[in-house]
Amino acid sequence: MDVVLAILLALFGGAVGGLLGVGGGILFVPALAIFLGNSQLEAEATSLLVIVPMAIVGTWRQVRHGNVDVREGMLIGMLSLPGVVVGVVVANALPQRALELGFAGLSLIVAVRLLKRGLAEPDPEPEGAAR
Amino acid sequence: MPANRTIRFAAIGVLAGAFSGLFGVGGGIVMVPLLIMLGFGERRATATSLSAIVVIAAAAAAIHGLYGNVRLGDAALLVVPAVAGVGIGVAVQQRIAERAVSLLFALLLLAVAVELIVP
Repeated sequence: MDVVLAILLALFGGAVGGLLGVGGGILFVPALAIFLGNSQLEAEATSLLVIVPMAIVGTWRQVRHGNVDVREGMLIGMLSLPGVVVGVVVANALPQRALELGFAGLSLIVAVRLLKRGLAEPDPEPEGAAR
Repeated sequence: MPANRTIRFAAIGVLAGAFSGLFGVGGGIVMVPLLIMLGFGERRATATSLSAIVVIAAAAAAIHGLYGNVRLGDAALLVVPAVAGVGIGVAVQQRIAERAVSLLFALLLLAVAVELIVP
């Protein structure tokens, strides 16, 4: 049952990733940590590996829809590398509990932002409003 | 102008990369809003974010792999539904407003946060 829930979360994580342009890790990490018995650190590392093929396929689909200049994405990706190194090293240095609370904090911030957006008036650009 | 743009991309990338390595996410949560602030339309911002995530997540996964943190069997289990999901998500994005999904996503994140905070 836990495996089924993990697979469903991964499916939903992928769909959210494609829809909102995120990696889906915000759902892959809990799928791994809560349902597959990973430590928080293992869940984060394994989530990143799942994200790679998922993001490749998502990018390929977006290219076909004409929404992306892949060179821009690759440029941002290459420029991100110093940040990646710092993030991974810090994650390995921090206590497990700090990672869990940090990830929970991140989840809450994202949730509040999405709730605000989801609960906003149906048309955020009223007719006649100056644009 | 291109140099200015590169500096902005670098700032966005470094921030997203640090988030990615630290929390095991792609960094899109950081990138998408910042790209929109740079003047990208929403579809272009999300698509550009996904393509940057390919590089970011690959680098972060590789370094985590060196630390011995990656569980390959669990990754193999989740990769098929994740890839299936992203195809669905991109297809849906071309057709609808993301409002309803945003709400559902927010509720799920609240549940996740509670699960993590409660020991």
